[in-house]
Amino acid sequence: MPPTSPQLTPEQAEEFGAEMDALRQRLVSQLGTEDARYIRRVVSMQRRLEVAGRSLLFAGFLPPAWLGGVTALALSKIIDNMEIGHNVLHGQYDWMRDEALNSRDFEWDMVSPTDLWKRTHNFQHHTYTNIVGKDRDVGYGILRITPEQPWNPYYLGNVAYAAGLALIFQWGIMLHELETDRIAAGEKTWQEVAADAQKMVPKVLRQVGKDYLLFPALSGPLAPLTFAGNATANLARNLWAFAIIFCGHFPADVVTFAEEQAANESRGQWYVRQVLGSANITGSKLFHLLSGNLSHQIEHHLFPDIPAWRYSHIAEEVRDACRRYGVPYNTGPLWKQLGSVFVKLAKFALPPTGPAAGRAPSGQTASDRGAAPATAA
Amino acid sequence: MPAAASGSRGLLGRFAAPLLKVLTAPNDPDRYLEMINPVWSLNEVRATITETRHPAPGSVTLLLRPNRNWLGFRAGQHVALTIDVHGVRRTRCYSLACSAHGTDGLLELTVAAERDGVVSGHLNSDVRVGIVVRLSQAQGRFLLPAPRPERIVLISGGSGITPAMSMLRTLCDEGYADGPGEVTFLHYARTAAAVAYRHELATLAAEHSSVRLLRSYTRSNGGERCGRFDPRHLPVIDDRTATWVCGPAGLVDAVRAHWAEIGMSDALQTEQFTAPVPAAPADDGEPYGEVHFTASDRTVANTGAVLLEQAESIGLRPEFGCRMGICLTCTSRKTAGSVRHLHTGELSSEPDSEIQICSTVPVGDVTVDL
Repeated sequence: MPPTSPQLTPEQAEEFGAEMDALRQRLVSQLGTEDARYIRRVVSMQRRLEVAGRSLLFAGFLPPAWLGGVTALALSKIIDNMEIGHNVLHGQYDWMRDEALNSRDFEWDMVSPTDLWKRTHNFQHHTYTNIVGKDRDVGYGILRITPEQPWNPYYLGNVAYAAGLALIFQWGIMLHELETDRIAAGEKTWQEVAADAQKMVPKVLRQVGKDYLLFPALSGPLAPLTFAGNATANLARNLWAFAIIFCGHFPADVVTFAEEQAANESRGQWYVRQVLGSANITGSKLFHLLSGNLSHQIEHHLFPDIPAWRYSHIAEEVRDACRRYGVPYNTGPLWKQLGSVFVKLAKFALPPTGPAAGRAPSGQTASDRGAAPATAA
Repeated sequence: MPAAASGSRGLLGRFAAPLLKVLTAPNDPDRYLEMINPVWSLNEVRATITETRHPAPGSVTLLLRPNRNWLGFRAGQHVALTIDVHGVRRTRCYSLACSAHGTDGLLELTVAAERDGVVSGHLNSDVRVGIVVRLSQAQGRFLLPAPRPERIVLISGGSGITPAMSMLRTLCDEGYADGPGEVTFLHYARTAAAVAYRHELATLAAEHSSVRLLRSYTRSNGGERCGRFDPRHLPVIDDRTATWVCGPAGLVDAVRAHWAEIGMSDALQTEQFTAPVPAAPADDGEPYGEVHFTASDRTVANTGAVLLEQAESIGLRPEFGCRMGICLTCTSRKTAGSVRHLHTGELSSEPDSEIQICSTVPVGDVTVDL
């Protein structure tokens, strides 16, 4: 049973927003040595895994060394992309003024150049979260995940496309930033495409060159083993990142919005939309680290530039505020959230049925719901 | 020593460094080297603090051993020192106090704790032996010329003693201070106990025949001179005399004025120590001051609106995204002045810091690189 969508009065939304602002201010005032120590420790752990992974693969003729090497390298790439890269690129550690941890200078171990990613992610996705037509992360332009997207036979492959995307996720993210849909629609000029490509090509060459030419070449006769090891590590990272990221906004009951709904919204209403449009994943400390704390997607969307390791500390307070204002707080274990994503993908692969053609019965969008205003407790 | 250093750097630079860069991409090789030893770096000057002492109340003397990227310095120059304080990386300039002829490879800085000084306070109370800091190469034009002038006058006040000390030690080490040269060291301090190098100054003056030490205390007697700067404190200044002055603005201005009066401005070199962080400006809500955009060289009277709007109001088109402080697309460099963050109310007065212009308002004069 889907949760009722909160129809907070503007005043209630304002109060909710004021609580979130106060929480944010408290977090900002706490920034300091602890955050610096935390992120540097994570960076140091990632570097050790990287060195260990690359080194073990030089002994890849021993199966345990190969497996260990692949595991270490995959973990290194996952931590680099998620807990370090994603969070650093949000500017969570800009206040440290360390060029190695600064959103302007950081590059991650992934084919997608960071400045293009920051454009679609930090601005479009985080500002217009889940607004169909404005947030390009709604279905990534290739999947149908809400009834607001009109069905056509292409979407019969919804599940297969998602599975395919999971395998090549880092390339998918890069192509996403090329905005092929906007090119096709004639909205993006070829000059803009060329400018983007100019950033992508060197990054791709560096990444591919390192993983598939240089390190295999350095392993001499073991080149095929190193090649396969690096490919496996990249694949593992792709699958993991796909799973975590798809659980952030696509599980059932996550709300999408129409443009009119978000027009002229207040700061408080913006906060409410961030909660409604995101879903958390429960898990252990290690799980949160490996997910880049995107397992606290709700807290992340409320405070995208606060160091992510602090999200778990405030999650209870956010959840409590949501309960008091009647704002649904979506959370669950990975298997449940991911299962829910694939159920949704399967459901929206098919054309809408029933009297409310074009509208899913479960009412996935806030616009579909005529729920009574929820009152703050 | 320089030859050996450049030799090894050459070898490393030519073969190892480019390979390392590719292998460690997209990270800098330094990020791995520093895991083995935090002082290692391909290009950056980093230094280990090897000794700390407190030569006077509220002052700390640091001895630092730089890595091989350090190219050396000339007496009177300063370095920009970068250190993490409470998780935030901060950079401040400090004059070197050591002799340019030092043989132990160590650098010496003496730092006086300023009131509310984030970095000077940290260096004075929290820094321990073994900590690694970053340094710039030596910089600054406050230098002894070669060949040396016949007569040298070194005037300093308070913590401005450090470059004068470096010059004096250098002149003593190279034999200048045993004749025929003449060095007058005129130092201003509150009391004798506040002079960081008081013992060494006395020793140098005793050991080197042509060093003349003149100490003037503004809050006690007992010096060769007394009170604040007065031209009568000076030895004979003639056209064979070159003078260096370093210290607080009041001293430097008074000395500069006197040298202008006697028509000798060309023979005076000045270096002024100014507090890096201005006292928090008045912030009672009424906008005041001016906003200067350096890249476009435009200035606008502060209207109290967010910086992005003020820039747009005079036709500038800075990059922006959400305009609500989330996406950081509008992040720009504030080189000077204070801004208040609209959502957090936080006041930032740190020079050279990144700010989001869509959600910060200037408090008084602000300079932004736009």
